[in-house]
Amino acid sequence: MRDVHGRVAALVFALGLILAGATVAHAGPYEDALAKFTEGSLSDTGDGINGVAVSGNPLAERVLAALKDGRLMFSAEKKTVYIQAKNGKLFDAFTGKPFTGKPPDDIDNVIVNNRLRNVIDADLGALTLMSRNSNRRFDAAQAVFRSRDLSVLPNVEKALAEETDPRTKRALEQARAAILLYDAKSSAADKIAATAVIGDRGDQDSLGLLDGLPPDLPPAVHAAVAAARASIAHTLALWNGVQNAWYGLSLGSVLLLAAIGLAITFGVMGVINMAHGEMVMLGAYVTFVVQQAIRAYDPNLFDYSLAIALPLAFAVAGGVGIVIERTIIRFLYGRPLETLLATWGLSLILQQTVRTIFGPTNEDVGNPSWMSGAFDFGGITITYNRLWIVCFAFAVFLALLAILRYTRFGLEMRAVTQNRPMAASMGIRTGRVDALTFGLGSAIAGIAGVALSQIDNVSPNLGQGYIIDSFMVVVFGGVGNLWGTAVGALTLGIANKFLEPYAGAVLGKIAVLILIILFIQKRPRGMFALKGRTVEA
Amino acid sequence: MTRHLLIRSLDRGAVTFVIVVAALAIIVPVLNLATPASSALHLPTYLVALFGKYACYALLALSIDLIWGYCGILSLGHGAFFALGGYAMGMYLMRQIGTRGIYANPILPDFMVFLNWKALPVYWYGFQWFPYALLMIFVVPGALAFVFGWFAFRSRVSGVYLSIITQALTYALMLGFFRNNFGFGGNNGLTDFKDLLGFNVQAETTRNALFSISCLAVVLAFLLCRVVIASKFGKVLVAIRDAEARARFLGYRVESYKLFVFTLSACMAGLAGALYVPQVGIINPSEFAPGNSIEAVIWVAVGGRGTLVGAALGAVAVNYAKTFFTGGMLAPYWLFVLGGLFVVVTLLLPRGIVSTLRHWTALQRDGASAAAEDGVAEPLPAG
Amino acid sequence: MEPLTSALLYLDGVTVSFDGFKALNNLSFAIAPGEMRAIIGPNGAGKTTMMDVVTGKTRPDAGEVLFDGRHNLTRLDETEVAALGIGRKFQKPTVFDNHTVSDNIELALKADRRARAALVWRETAEERRRVDELLEIICLAAARDRLAASLSHGQKQWLEIGMLLAQDPKLLLVDEPVAGMTDTETRQTAELLRAINREHTVVVVEHDMAFVRELGVKVTCLHEGAVLAEGTIDQVSTNKRVVEVYLGR
Ligand SMILES: Nc1ncnc2c1ncn2[C@@H]1O[C@H](COP(=O)(O)OP(=O)(O)O)[C@@H](O)[C@H]1O
Ligand SMILES: [Mg+2]
Repeated sequence: MRDVHGRVAALVFALGLILAGATVAHAGPYEDALAKFTEGSLSDTGDGINGVAVSGNPLAERVLAALKDGRLMFSAEKKTVYIQAKNGKLFDAFTGKPFTGKPPDDIDNVIVNNRLRNVIDADLGALTLMSRNSNRRFDAAQAVFRSRDLSVLPNVEKALAEETDPRTKRALEQARAAILLYDAKSSAADKIAATAVIGDRGDQDSLGLLDGLPPDLPPAVHAAVAAARASIAHTLALWNGVQNAWYGLSLGSVLLLAAIGLAITFGVMGVINMAHGEMVMLGAYVTFVVQQAIRAYDPNLFDYSLAIALPLAFAVAGGVGIVIERTIIRFLYGRPLETLLATWGLSLILQQTVRTIFGPTNEDVGNPSWMSGAFDFGGITITYNRLWIVCFAFAVFLALLAILRYTRFGLEMRAVTQNRPMAASMGIRTGRVDALTFGLGSAIAGIAGVALSQIDNVSPNLGQGYIIDSFMVVVFGGVGNLWGTAVGALTLGIANKFLEPYAGAVLGKIAVLILIILFIQKRPRGMFALKGRTVEA
Repeated sequence: MTRHLLIRSLDRGAVTFVIVVAALAIIVPVLNLATPASSALHLPTYLVALFGKYACYALLALSIDLIWGYCGILSLGHGAFFALGGYAMGMYLMRQIGTRGIYANPILPDFMVFLNWKALPVYWYGFQWFPYALLMIFVVPGALAFVFGWFAFRSRVSGVYLSIITQALTYALMLGFFRNNFGFGGNNGLTDFKDLLGFNVQAETTRNALFSISCLAVVLAFLLCRVVIASKFGKVLVAIRDAEARARFLGYRVESYKLFVFTLSACMAGLAGALYVPQVGIINPSEFAPGNSIEAVIWVAVGGRGTLVGAALGAVAVNYAKTFFTGGMLAPYWLFVLGGLFVVVTLLLPRGIVSTLRHWTALQRDGASAAAEDGVAEPLPAG
Repeated sequence: MEPLTSALLYLDGVTVSFDGFKALNNLSFAIAPGEMRAIIGPNGAGKTTMMDVVTGKTRPDAGEVLFDGRHNLTRLDETEVAALGIGRKFQKPTVFDNHTVSDNIELALKADRRARAALVWRETAEERRRVDELLEIICLAAARDRLAASLSHGQKQWLEIGMLLAQDPKLLLVDEPVAGMTDTETRQTAELLRAINREHTVVVVEHDMAFVRELGVKVTCLHEGAVLAEGTIDQVSTNKRVVEVYLGR
């Protein structure tokens, strides 16, 4: 019995082969087109591409995609064409079936140039215009918009008639407009209408499209194009502004994260903590250690690494802060310049300790999946890690405000800030409040380090890069005022990013530093200075 | 007039200091040049260069002590003035290279040719003349200090605020000098110097001469500081340091006093940088690093601020320790030592070594009344 | 410029507020040349703030402060006010701790205050004589070479008064000169102030009623930043509202 089955199977297989062979013999448009790829000349390949594209064969898309990536192979001798999968496996391009057996000796990839690649893009676009996945249809429409290949116009029209998804529909209209604009034969009225559609789109691509138009347009079209270009330039400038604002917000929230702990130690206790940056650095290293442990024991937890690192960083940096306060800083109250020097010394020690343990090089701290990637928002791209850091900075800020306002500890802290002797005589243990305040400031620096490990190099020098900026933020915002710190951080971040396009990154930074120096002339106590005797000590 | 002040301004410690430094200026070159290499007394040339570096550091420390010890201005940006003086000297030395550079351009320094620059930037004009460069060594740091100080002191930025913005100042300059288009050689700075006033900078005799000149500069700067401090101006400085408001209400224009002494101090730092550059053979933007400035402050703190002698000794002592540590297997521990020094000195030795010693000897002699002798360092200045 | 008033010091409608809190509230009074005036008032009445305004330390939000009938003090800073001839003793004694007693006086002596002048200054015999004289007046001749830091609290108060005298100002503002003094010292201080008043106009701020009585001069009582009562010590201390303020309601 089994034998019979085996024979039948073999027979069917053989029949299949014959049938397959027959289809080769009975070449359709697809097969004819495929055969062109075996000729080896670019013009033949071009014909092949168009032929495959219009063949209507379900394999067409795979073939073109492979061709674009240089994964379409052929043998001139055997007149065969193969699709090479990304993993190197070969598939017969005629049948789509895996190719077994020994590949021909003269197998080689089909060569394409840039012009052909554009053709492929357009054809691929046209092919996927009818896909069932609306995202793919949208991408295809975008591809057509860029290639504006006249030959796909019928496909676009057809897709447009059937399209229901508004976003894709708009993209298709834009694609059609692009084609029509570049079609020498379309009417002036069509072109003007098309120009309006392109103008509405209003991105860099649209501008490029209009810029590339031939100069010999009818005057009416010319005017429409000029108007559309102006409107696009305007839109672009707007988005550019939004982009700068976003970058500024993002930088500002980084500054806020770095400075907010400082605002507490400096603002509340008048302590200049030059080792503040090192607390940030410790937080980043805690993240690194947590990720190492996760990699070693349970890689599935990787997405939770930051959540695990946060409380640990809070505890580690806070603990170090309290130890520093109890062993060094409390002996230096009322001597701010000496505190500054001592904490600078501490920062050297902390850096060198970390360097000794972990080495001087950058450590590899990864982004959890929910922090990687990006999305488009209007005309700008927003990366998830930046977005999360902005949210995180504000969350920390609000949490801190709440602690100061609504907890017993916050109350005691404010009391000590405002009038130390009075607070002491009311039975507040100022020493304990000092230690906890310093600990809190350091702990917040620690969790800032967790966030900053996601966007900065984690090395022993991490903190150094933030210390001057953080002080600038606190001084600019006004000592002793958390809101001042927030506004200061955002102002500086945004000012920096808006200056950058004109002055370059470094000069922008210098300009901001100079502006702060000048600003301090006008308002030596910062933007939101407390006006009181407390700050004059 | 001045002689009178000078004499009044010298106590025993100061005289000893001047004599020792002056003697070193003579003995070191003699031991290097006049003794055979085999002799036990011979001092190798590399040590002469090293001592020359120490002398420049001592000068920088004096300049910091003048403002911090006597006027309470803690500048964390004095490295900037040092570096600017150094760059002024470096520019002169670059122009002296002439056609001996890799690109053999008679006017443009190599790095400009490399950047494809066609003409010398205007601010490089004149640096081929030594007198002009010498002037700039003082004028550039002095002018920056004057402008900065004018803004800062007028609006009464003081204490830690001032410290922080001086730090930002040197940081901003560092960022600027790192840029190629600033026209100061970017990252690499200025180097490959050939000669100074026609003398080969590598030559032994030149090195010895530079060492002696550095010692001389230390002596002169020291005497200048003493004269300033012994004058009524110096008394007003100390008055400002201890009770600024009182000084204002007495009618002293505090900002003028601060501005003068700050600018003077910046000029001294500039001179220190200018003497430093030919001895180490390079100046680059890392000299502006905030860490350098704050390290110089700790030299002063270690030696004892408000003592001048202590500042100079502190600079030499800390740098000797640095050479000792970073030269050998102990290199990784140097930062621990330096960091520890900051902590220990501020916590346990806030007067610094020299004033602590003075304090003890004074106590041993006869208690409080003798302590008054050195009115300036006693008791501990606030802040 | 013609003097606008014959008063040496003239405050009119001066208001100072700190974050909304009015430390001075429409304060007006005048001090005649050669007068000695005692200003009393409970803690926080605004006495020190009034001195801050007069000496240019604090800018008032509203009001006018005229010195000698022609100088608008609200536009000047401390140094300029001092140069006009107004000297001030702080509430907390402030002397130059690291200078000797005689140096303290010497720094206060009337002279060219400019940095340039200070660099080339040399003590003259006349100045030396003046220092000695002042040290006698404030009973610190024996301590002339001691550091000011080593003085007792009361001695520091006197040293500060001595420095005021050395300035030779037209107007002396003295903030709580007898705080922390023994009874004898207080009496001596009253005497000293009366002696000073022979040549200078003096405004004394004080809590100590016994001391004010000792001075025996016109009294102005401040409360919540405004004048509550004015007159002789007996009039003021029997004023119903003053009693209310001092004893609580
Ligand atoms: N710089 C300042 N900031 C805030 N409040 C102040 C300031 N100066 C004074 N005050 C307040 O103004 C009021 C008057 O103070 P002050 O003039 O010192 O009173 P007095 O000298 O009469 O005791 C007090 O309530 C004090 O708290
Ligand atoms: Mg008062």
